[in-house]
Amino acid sequence: MADVHLPTTLMPLFTGLPRRLDLDAPTVGEAIGQLNERWPGLRDRLCEPGPAIRMHIHVYVNGERAWLDTPIPERSRVDVIAAISGG
Amino acid sequence: MSRTVVAVGTRKGCFVLESDADRRAWTMRGPFCEAWPVYHATFDQSEGTIYAAAASEWHGSAVWRSTDLGETWTHSSEGLAYDEGTGKKLSKVSTLSAAHGRVLVGVEAPGIFESRDNGDTWSLVSTLAGQPGSEDWDDPANQPPGHLGISGFASDPDEADRFWAIVQGVGLFETTDGGTSWTPRNRGLRADWPRPHEEVGFCVHKVVRSRADGDRMYQQNHVGMHRSDDCGQTWTEITEGLPTEFGFAAAAHPHDRDTFFVIPLDPGHGRTMPDGQAAVWQTQDGGSSWQRKNEGLPQRDAHLGVLRQGMAADTHDVPGYYFGTSTGQVFASADDGESWSEIASYLPPISSVDVAIID
Repeated sequence: MADVHLPTTLMPLFTGLPRRLDLDAPTVGEAIGQLNERWPGLRDRLCEPGPAIRMHIHVYVNGERAWLDTPIPERSRVDVIAAISGG
Repeated sequence: MSRTVVAVGTRKGCFVLESDADRRAWTMRGPFCEAWPVYHATFDQSEGTIYAAAASEWHGSAVWRSTDLGETWTHSSEGLAYDEGTGKKLSKVSTLSAAHGRVLVGVEAPGIFESRDNGDTWSLVSTLAGQPGSEDWDDPANQPPGHLGISGFASDPDEADRFWAIVQGVGLFETTDGGTSWTPRNRGLRADWPRPHEEVGFCVHKVVRSRADGDRMYQQNHVGMHRSDDCGQTWTEITEGLPTEFGFAAAAHPHDRDTFFVIPLDPGHGRTMPDGQAAVWQTQDGGSSWQRKNEGLPQRDAHLGVLRQGMAADTHDVPGYYFGTSTGQVFASADDGESWSEIASYLPPISSVDVAIID
Protein backbone atom coordinates (compact mmCIF):
# COMPACT_ATOMS: atom_id res chain seq x y z
CA MET A 1 0.00 0.00 0.00
CA ALA A 2 1.35 3.44 -0.95
CA ASP A 3 0.69 6.73 0.77
CA VAL A 4 -0.33 9.01 -2.12
CA HIS A 5 -0.35 12.80 -1.76
CA LEU A 6 -2.13 14.84 -4.42
CA PRO A 7 -1.83 18.52 -5.36
CA THR A 8 -4.37 20.86 -3.81
CA THR A 9 -5.24 22.20 -7.28
CA LEU A 10 -6.98 18.89 -8.01
CA MET A 11 -9.32 18.97 -5.01
CA PRO A 12 -11.84 21.49 -6.41
CA LEU A 13 -12.04 19.64 -9.72
CA PHE A 14 -13.31 16.30 -8.41
CA THR A 15 -15.98 15.91 -5.76
CA GLY A 16 -14.72 14.04 -2.72
CA LEU A 17 -11.11 13.77 -3.87
CA PRO A 18 -8.93 13.79 -0.74
CA ARG A 19 -5.55 15.45 -0.33
CA ARG A 20 -4.01 12.07 0.49
CA LEU A 21 -5.12 8.45 0.19
CA ASP A 22 -3.80 4.88 0.26
CA LEU A 23 -3.46 3.01 -3.03
CA ASP A 24 -2.23 -0.45 -3.90
CA ALA A 25 -0.74 -0.13 -7.39
CA PRO A 26 2.44 -1.56 -8.95
CA THR A 27 3.35 1.56 -10.94
CA VAL A 28 2.65 5.28 -11.03
CA GLY A 29 0.63 4.82 -14.22
CA GLU A 30 -1.58 2.19 -12.63
CA ALA A 31 -2.05 4.34 -9.54
CA ILE A 32 -3.28 7.18 -11.74
CA GLY A 33 -5.51 4.67 -13.53
CA GLN A 34 -7.10 3.68 -10.23
CA LEU A 35 -7.69 7.32 -9.38
CA ASN A 36 -9.27 7.84 -12.79
CA GLU A 37 -11.70 4.98 -12.19
CA ARG A 38 -12.90 6.57 -8.96
CA TRP A 39 -12.82 10.14 -10.27
CA PRO A 40 -13.39 10.02 -14.06
CA GLY A 41 -11.35 12.57 -15.93
CA LEU A 42 -8.60 12.81 -13.34
CA ARG A 43 -6.07 11.12 -15.63
CA ASP A 44 -6.47 13.95 -18.15
CA ARG A 45 -5.53 16.46 -15.48
CA LEU A 46 -2.24 14.67 -14.71
CA CYS A 47 -1.34 13.10 -18.07
CA GLU A 48 -1.24 14.16 -21.68
CA PRO A 49 -1.68 11.90 -24.70
CA GLY A 50 1.21 9.55 -25.15
CA PRO A 51 0.50 8.96 -22.38
CA ALA A 52 2.98 10.95 -20.35
CA ILE A 53 2.87 12.94 -17.16
CA ARG A 54 2.11 16.58 -17.96
CA MET A 55 5.07 18.93 -18.19
CA HIS A 56 4.27 20.89 -15.05
CA ILE A 57 3.16 17.89 -12.98
CA HIS A 58 5.97 16.12 -11.14
CA VAL A 59 5.65 12.74 -9.43
CA TYR A 60 8.04 11.46 -6.79
CA VAL A 61 8.21 7.93 -5.32
CA ASN A 62 10.01 7.96 -1.99
CA GLY A 63 11.53 11.30 -2.92
CA GLU A 64 12.84 10.20 -6.32
CA ARG A 65 11.45 11.68 -9.57
CA ALA A 66 9.13 9.15 -11.16
CA TRP A 67 7.34 8.54 -14.47
CA LEU A 68 4.33 6.45 -15.46
CA ASP A 69 6.29 3.20 -15.56
CA THR A 70 8.10 3.79 -12.26
CA PRO A 71 7.40 0.94 -9.81
CA ILE A 72 5.82 1.72 -6.45
CA PRO A 73 7.32 -0.54 -3.75
CA GLU A 74 5.28 -1.55 -0.70
CA ARG A 75 4.82 1.20 1.90
CA SER A 76 6.03 3.93 -0.45
CA ARG A 77 5.20 7.58 -0.29
CA VAL A 78 4.06 9.01 -3.62
CA ASP A 79 3.95 12.78 -4.04
CA VAL A 80 2.15 14.33 -7.02
CA ILE A 81 3.22 17.97 -7.30
CA ALA A 82 1.91 20.83 -9.39
CA ALA A 83 5.23 22.45 -10.24
CA ILE A 84 5.82 25.99 -9.07
CA SER A 85 5.64 28.03 -12.24
CA GLY A 86 3.67 30.70 -13.99
CA GLY A 87 2.35 33.92 -12.50
CA MET B 1 -38.45 40.51 -15.59
CA SER B 2 -35.69 39.20 -17.80
CA ARG B 3 -32.09 39.03 -16.65
CA THR B 4 -29.21 40.26 -18.79
CA VAL B 5 -26.19 38.08 -18.10
CA VAL B 6 -22.65 38.63 -19.37
CA ALA B 7 -20.02 35.90 -19.27
CA VAL B 8 -16.48 37.26 -19.15
CA GLY B 9 -13.52 35.00 -19.91
CA THR B 10 -10.23 36.17 -18.42
CA ARG B 11 -6.68 34.99 -17.96
CA LYS B 12 -7.64 34.04 -14.41
CA GLY B 13 -11.01 32.39 -14.73
CA CYS B 14 -14.56 33.21 -15.79
CA PHE B 15 -16.70 35.96 -14.26
CA VAL B 16 -20.46 36.50 -14.57
CA LEU B 17 -22.05 39.96 -14.60
CA GLU B 18 -25.79 40.30 -14.17
CA SER B 19 -28.40 43.02 -14.54
CA ASP B 20 -32.03 43.36 -15.52
CA ALA B 21 -33.47 44.55 -18.82
CA ASP B 22 -32.59 48.16 -17.99
CA ARG B 23 -28.90 47.27 -17.73
CA ARG B 24 -28.07 50.14 -15.36
CA ALA B 25 -26.91 48.33 -12.19
CA TRP B 26 -24.69 45.28 -12.39
CA THR B 27 -23.53 42.64 -9.96
CA MET B 28 -20.52 40.44 -10.47
CA ARG B 29 -19.63 36.91 -9.41
CA GLY B 30 -16.42 34.94 -9.87
CA PRO B 31 -13.73 33.97 -10.54
CA PHE B 32 -14.99 30.58 -11.69
CA CYS B 33 -13.33 27.64 -13.44
CA GLU B 34 -10.73 27.49 -10.66
CA ALA B 35 -9.13 30.59 -12.19
CA TRP B 36 -7.85 28.61 -15.17
CA PRO B 37 -7.00 30.84 -18.15
CA VAL B 38 -10.21 31.08 -20.20
CA TYR B 39 -9.82 31.65 -23.90
CA HIS B 40 -13.51 31.91 -24.68
CA ALA B 41 -16.67 31.74 -22.58
CA THR B 42 -19.97 31.65 -24.42
CA PHE B 43 -23.66 30.91 -23.94
CA ASP B 44 -25.86 28.30 -25.47
CA GLN B 45 -28.51 30.93 -26.11
CA SER B 46 -31.32 28.36 -26.23
CA GLU B 47 -30.90 27.23 -22.64
CA GLY B 48 -28.58 29.72 -20.95
CA THR B 49 -25.78 27.23 -20.35
CA ILE B 50 -22.32 28.79 -20.12
CA TYR B 51 -19.41 26.97 -21.74
CA ALA B 52 -15.82 28.07 -21.12
CA ALA B 53 -12.79 26.87 -23.09
CA ALA B 54 -9.90 26.92 -20.67
CA ALA B 55 -6.36 25.66 -20.39
CA SER B 56 -4.48 25.20 -17.14
CA GLU B 57 -0.69 25.28 -17.37
CA TRP B 58 -0.66 22.34 -14.94
CA HIS B 59 -3.78 20.36 -15.72
CA GLY B 60 -4.25 20.86 -19.46
CA SER B 61 -7.22 21.91 -21.56
CA ALA B 62 -10.88 21.33 -20.85
CA VAL B 63 -14.29 22.79 -21.50
CA TRP B 64 -16.15 23.95 -18.40
CA ARG B 65 -19.94 24.07 -18.19
CA SER B 66 -22.39 25.81 -15.91
CA THR B 67 -26.13 25.25 -16.22
CA ASP B 68 -27.01 27.70 -13.43
CA LEU B 69 -25.34 30.90 -14.63
CA GLY B 70 -22.09 30.24 -12.86
CA GLU B 71 -23.26 28.96 -9.48
CA THR B 72 -21.83 25.49 -10.11
CA TRP B 73 -19.43 24.18 -12.74
CA THR B 74 -18.23 20.89 -14.18
CA HIS B 75 -15.47 20.26 -16.66
CA SER B 76 -14.48 17.59 -19.16
CA SER B 77 -11.83 16.86 -21.74
CA GLU B 78 -12.88 13.26 -22.43
CA GLY B 79 -12.12 12.68 -26.10
CA LEU B 80 -10.63 16.14 -26.49
CA ALA B 81 -7.30 14.94 -27.92
CA TYR B 82 -5.84 13.90 -31.23
CA ASP B 83 -5.30 10.18 -31.71
CA GLU B 84 -1.84 8.78 -31.25
CA GLY B 85 -0.05 8.48 -34.55
CA THR B 86 -1.57 11.57 -36.13
CA GLY B 87 1.44 13.60 -35.07
CA LYS B 88 -0.92 16.34 -33.93
CA LYS B 89 -0.94 17.69 -30.41
CA LEU B 90 -3.82 19.64 -28.91
CA SER B 91 -2.14 22.54 -27.15
CA LYS B 92 -5.18 24.66 -26.31
CA VAL B 93 -8.93 24.97 -26.70
CA SER B 94 -9.38 28.35 -28.35
CA THR B 95 -13.01 29.02 -29.19
CA LEU B 96 -16.53 27.68 -28.75
CA SER B 97 -19.92 27.71 -30.39
CA ALA B 98 -23.06 26.19 -28.90
CA ALA B 99 -26.18 25.77 -31.03
CA HIS B 100 -28.60 23.11 -32.27
CA GLY B 101 -27.79 20.77 -29.36
CA ARG B 102 -24.14 20.62 -30.30
CA VAL B 103 -21.11 22.33 -28.82
CA LEU B 104 -18.19 22.98 -31.16
CA VAL B 105 -14.73 23.69 -29.85
CA GLY B 106 -11.90 24.96 -32.03
CA VAL B 107 -8.43 23.93 -30.98
CA GLU B 108 -4.76 24.30 -31.75
CA ALA B 109 -3.23 22.47 -33.68
CA PRO B 110 -6.09 23.43 -36.00
CA GLY B 111 -9.05 21.16 -35.52
CA ILE B 112 -12.71 21.11 -34.53
CA PHE B 113 -14.19 18.82 -31.91
CA GLU B 114 -17.87 18.48 -31.04
CA SER B 115 -19.96 17.38 -28.10
CA ARG B 116 -23.53 16.20 -28.47
CA ASP B 117 -24.01 15.49 -24.78
CA ASN B 118 -23.64 19.01 -23.41
CA GLY B 119 -19.89 18.88 -23.04
CA ASP B 120 -19.54 15.54 -21.25
CA THR B 121 -17.63 13.86 -24.09
CA TRP B 122 -15.95 15.11 -27.25
CA SER B 123 -15.03 13.72 -30.65
CA LEU B 124 -13.05 15.04 -33.58
CA VAL B 125 -15.13 16.53 -36.40
CA SER B 126 -12.45 17.81 -38.77
CA THR B 127 -8.95 19.13 -39.14
CA LEU B 128 -9.91 20.63 -42.52
CA ALA B 129 -7.34 18.30 -44.04
CA GLY B 130 -7.03 18.63 -47.79
CA GLN B 131 -7.62 22.36 -47.87
CA PRO B 132 -4.93 24.22 -49.82
CA GLY B 133 -1.75 24.36 -47.76
CA SER B 134 -3.23 22.44 -44.83
CA GLU B 135 -0.26 20.09 -44.81
CA ASP B 136 1.86 23.00 -43.57
CA TRP B 137 -0.52 24.40 -40.93
CA ASP B 138 1.10 22.49 -38.09
CA ASP B 139 4.62 23.58 -38.99
CA PRO B 140 5.72 25.86 -36.12
CA ALA B 141 7.49 28.08 -38.65
CA ASN B 142 4.11 28.91 -40.20
CA GLN B 143 2.30 29.71 -36.99
CA PRO B 144 1.81 33.24 -35.70
CA PRO B 145 2.63 34.05 -32.05
CA GLY B 146 0.03 32.79 -29.63
CA HIS B 147 -1.36 30.50 -32.29
CA LEU B 148 -5.01 29.65 -31.70
CA GLY B 149 -5.54 27.15 -34.53
CA ILE B 150 -9.28 27.45 -35.07
CA SER B 151 -9.89 30.95 -33.74
CA GLY B 152 -13.61 31.48 -34.28
CA PHE B 153 -16.94 30.12 -35.49
CA ALA B 154 -20.12 31.52 -36.96
CA SER B 155 -23.26 29.41 -36.80
CA ASP B 156 -26.49 29.31 -38.76
CA PRO B 157 -29.71 29.77 -36.77
CA ASP B 158 -31.68 27.43 -39.02
CA GLU B 159 -29.29 24.87 -40.49
CA ALA B 160 -27.47 22.82 -37.86
CA ASP B 161 -24.96 21.39 -40.32
CA ARG B 162 -23.97 24.75 -41.72
CA PHE B 163 -21.30 26.77 -39.96
CA TRP B 164 -18.14 28.73 -40.61
CA ALA B 165 -14.72 28.29 -39.03
CA ILE B 166 -11.72 30.61 -39.04
CA VAL B 167 -8.28 29.05 -39.31
CA GLN B 168 -5.98 31.67 -37.83
CA GLY B 169 -3.70 33.17 -40.45
CA VAL B 170 -5.28 31.04 -43.19
CA GLY B 171 -8.84 32.19 -43.74
CA LEU B 172 -12.56 31.50 -43.41
CA PHE B 173 -14.14 28.17 -44.36
CA GLU B 174 -17.77 27.08 -44.67
CA THR B 175 -19.29 23.65 -44.21
CA THR B 176 -22.85 22.69 -45.06
CA ASP B 177 -22.57 19.05 -44.03
CA GLY B 178 -21.61 19.30 -40.39
CA GLY B 179 -17.89 19.52 -40.98
CA THR B 180 -17.33 16.69 -43.45
CA SER B 181 -16.40 18.98 -46.34
CA TRP B 182 -15.28 22.60 -46.45
CA THR B 183 -15.12 25.49 -48.90
CA PRO B 184 -12.79 28.50 -48.53
CA ARG B 185 -14.79 31.75 -48.26
CA ASN B 186 -12.14 34.41 -48.77
CA ARG B 187 -12.88 35.94 -52.18
CA GLY B 188 -12.42 39.68 -52.22
CA LEU B 189 -10.36 39.82 -49.05
CA ARG B 190 -7.13 41.79 -49.06
CA ALA B 191 -3.77 40.34 -48.10
CA ASP B 192 -0.61 42.43 -48.08
CA TRP B 193 1.73 39.45 -48.27
CA PRO B 194 2.57 36.69 -50.76
CA ARG B 195 0.20 33.73 -50.77
CA PRO B 196 1.05 30.36 -52.29
CA HIS B 197 -2.61 29.44 -52.72
CA GLU B 198 -5.27 31.64 -54.32
CA GLU B 199 -8.13 30.72 -52.00
CA VAL B 200 -6.33 30.91 -48.64
CA GLY B 201 -3.62 32.84 -46.84
CA PHE B 202 -5.80 35.56 -45.29
CA CYS B 203 -5.70 36.77 -41.73
CA VAL B 204 -9.32 36.72 -40.63
CA HIS B 205 -9.70 37.99 -37.08
CA LYS B 206 -13.45 38.00 -36.55
CA VAL B 207 -16.58 37.17 -38.53
CA VAL B 208 -20.00 38.31 -37.34
CA ARG B 209 -23.22 37.32 -39.04
CA SER B 210 -26.20 39.67 -38.91
CA ARG B 211 -29.19 38.37 -36.99
CA ALA B 212 -31.38 40.63 -39.10
CA ASP B 213 -30.22 39.33 -42.47
CA GLY B 214 -28.56 35.96 -42.78
CA ASP B 215 -26.80 36.93 -45.99
CA ARG B 216 -25.02 39.84 -44.31
CA MET B 217 -21.67 39.22 -42.68
CA TYR B 218 -19.01 41.56 -41.35
CA GLN B 219 -15.37 40.74 -40.97
CA GLN B 220 -12.53 42.38 -39.10
CA ASN B 221 -9.38 41.29 -40.88
CA HIS B 222 -5.74 41.91 -40.05
CA VAL B 223 -5.86 44.28 -43.01
CA GLY B 224 -9.22 45.97 -43.19
CA MET B 225 -12.90 45.74 -42.42
CA HIS B 226 -14.98 43.80 -44.91
CA ARG B 227 -18.65 43.14 -45.62
CA SER B 228 -20.36 40.29 -47.39
CA ASP B 229 -23.88 40.41 -48.82
CA ASP B 230 -23.90 36.80 -49.95
CA CYS B 231 -23.13 34.96 -46.74
CA GLY B 232 -19.39 35.00 -47.12
CA GLN B 233 -19.07 33.93 -50.73
CA THR B 234 -17.58 37.32 -51.67
CA TRP B 235 -16.24 40.18 -49.59
CA THR B 236 -15.99 43.94 -50.11
CA GLU B 237 -13.62 46.13 -48.14
CA ILE B 238 -15.28 48.87 -46.03
CA THR B 239 -12.27 50.25 -44.16
CA GLU B 240 -12.51 53.83 -45.46
CA GLY B 241 -13.48 56.19 -42.65
CA LEU B 242 -11.97 54.11 -39.84
CA PRO B 243 -8.85 55.34 -38.02
CA THR B 244 -6.97 52.07 -38.60
CA GLU B 245 -7.52 48.98 -40.68
CA PHE B 246 -6.60 46.68 -37.77
CA GLY B 247 -8.66 45.33 -34.92
CA PHE B 248 -10.10 42.17 -33.45
CA ALA B 249 -13.51 42.71 -31.87
CA ALA B 250 -16.79 43.39 -33.64
CA ALA B 251 -20.53 43.20 -33.04
CA ALA B 252 -23.62 43.47 -35.24
CA HIS B 253 -26.89 45.19 -34.43
CA PRO B 254 -29.42 42.45 -33.68
CA HIS B 255 -32.29 44.07 -35.60
CA ASP B 256 -30.70 46.22 -38.32
CA ARG B 257 -28.57 44.61 -41.00
CA ASP B 258 -26.67 47.81 -41.79
CA THR B 259 -25.61 48.73 -38.26
CA PHE B 260 -22.37 47.31 -37.01
CA PHE B 261 -19.68 48.12 -34.44
CA VAL B 262 -15.93 47.65 -34.50
CA ILE B 263 -13.02 48.63 -32.27
CA PRO B 264 -10.03 49.75 -34.37
CA LEU B 265 -6.60 49.23 -32.80
CA ASP B 266 -3.10 50.33 -33.65
CA PRO B 267 -1.76 47.65 -35.95
CA GLY B 268 1.76 47.50 -34.48
CA HIS B 269 2.82 45.44 -31.54
CA GLY B 270 0.85 47.59 -29.08
CA ARG B 271 -2.54 46.74 -30.51
CA THR B 272 -4.39 49.23 -28.33
CA MET B 273 -6.93 51.94 -29.18
CA PRO B 274 -5.27 54.79 -31.13
CA ASP B 275 -3.82 57.78 -29.22
CA GLY B 276 -4.83 56.37 -25.83
CA GLN B 277 -8.41 57.44 -26.51
CA ALA B 278 -11.06 54.73 -26.18
CA ALA B 279 -13.68 54.55 -28.88
CA VAL B 280 -16.08 52.23 -30.59
CA TRP B 281 -16.86 52.91 -34.25
CA GLN B 282 -20.33 52.44 -35.67
CA THR B 283 -21.68 52.20 -39.16
CA GLN B 284 -25.39 52.49 -39.89
CA ASP B 285 -25.10 52.10 -43.65
CA GLY B 286 -23.26 48.84 -44.05
CA GLY B 287 -19.82 50.40 -43.90
CA SER B 288 -20.23 53.33 -46.31
CA SER B 289 -19.56 55.70 -43.42
CA TRP B 290 -18.40 55.39 -39.82
CA GLN B 291 -19.09 57.35 -36.63
CA ARG B 292 -16.84 57.49 -33.58
CA LYS B 293 -18.66 56.65 -30.32
CA ASN B 294 -16.80 57.66 -27.19
CA GLU B 295 -19.31 59.12 -24.71
CA GLY B 296 -18.45 57.63 -21.34
CA LEU B 297 -15.22 56.07 -22.53
CA PRO B 298 -11.83 57.29 -21.24
CA GLN B 299 -10.22 59.81 -23.60
CA ARG B 300 -6.81 60.17 -22.04
CA ASP B 301 -4.03 57.66 -21.34
CA ALA B 302 -6.39 54.79 -22.09
CA HIS B 303 -4.26 52.18 -23.83
CA LEU B 304 -6.96 49.55 -24.09
CA GLY B 305 -6.86 46.43 -26.20
CA VAL B 306 -9.83 44.23 -27.04
CA LEU B 307 -9.38 40.70 -28.37
CA ARG B 308 -11.34 38.86 -31.06
CA GLN B 309 -13.96 37.39 -28.72
CA GLY B 310 -14.03 40.51 -26.58
CA MET B 311 -17.25 42.17 -27.81
CA ALA B 312 -20.90 41.14 -27.85
CA ALA B 313 -24.38 42.49 -28.57
CA ASP B 314 -27.55 41.63 -26.69
CA THR B 315 -30.96 41.29 -28.34
CA HIS B 316 -33.06 43.81 -26.40
CA ASP B 317 -35.31 46.08 -28.48
CA VAL B 318 -32.83 48.87 -27.77
CA PRO B 319 -29.69 46.79 -28.09
CA GLY B 320 -26.85 46.78 -25.61
CA TYR B 321 -23.19 46.21 -26.43
CA TYR B 322 -20.36 45.02 -24.25
CA PHE B 323 -16.60 44.86 -24.59
CA GLY B 324 -13.84 43.68 -22.29
CA THR B 325 -10.29 44.97 -22.35
CA SER B 326 -6.81 43.59 -22.00
CA THR B 327 -6.55 45.68 -18.82
CA GLY B 328 -9.58 44.15 -17.16
CA GLN B 329 -12.45 46.59 -17.66
CA VAL B 330 -15.87 45.75 -19.06
CA PHE B 331 -17.65 48.63 -20.78
CA ALA B 332 -21.31 48.48 -21.73
CA SER B 333 -23.83 50.53 -23.66
CA ALA B 334 -27.55 50.15 -23.00
CA ASP B 335 -28.60 52.72 -25.63
CA ASP B 336 -27.57 51.18 -28.92
CA GLY B 337 -23.96 52.30 -28.64
CA GLU B 338 -24.58 56.01 -28.03
CA SER B 339 -23.04 56.10 -24.54
CA TRP B 340 -20.92 53.76 -22.49
CA SER B 341 -20.19 53.01 -18.85
CA GLU B 342 -17.70 50.83 -17.05
CA ILE B 343 -19.60 47.94 -15.47
CA ALA B 344 -16.60 45.98 -14.16
CA SER B 345 -13.08 47.04 -13.27
CA TYR B 346 -9.84 45.45 -12.15
CA LEU B 347 -10.52 42.05 -13.66
CA PRO B 348 -7.65 39.99 -15.05
CA PRO B 349 -6.92 40.52 -18.76
CA ILE B 350 -10.12 39.76 -20.66
CA SER B 351 -10.20 37.33 -23.54
CA SER B 352 -13.92 37.10 -24.21
CA VAL B 353 -17.32 38.64 -23.56
CA ASP B 354 -20.69 37.10 -24.38
CA VAL B 355 -24.22 38.04 -23.34
CA ALA B 356 -27.56 36.29 -22.99
CA ILE B 357 -31.04 37.38 -21.98
CA ILE B 358 -32.50 34.91 -19.51
CA ASP B 359 -36.27 35.01 -19.08
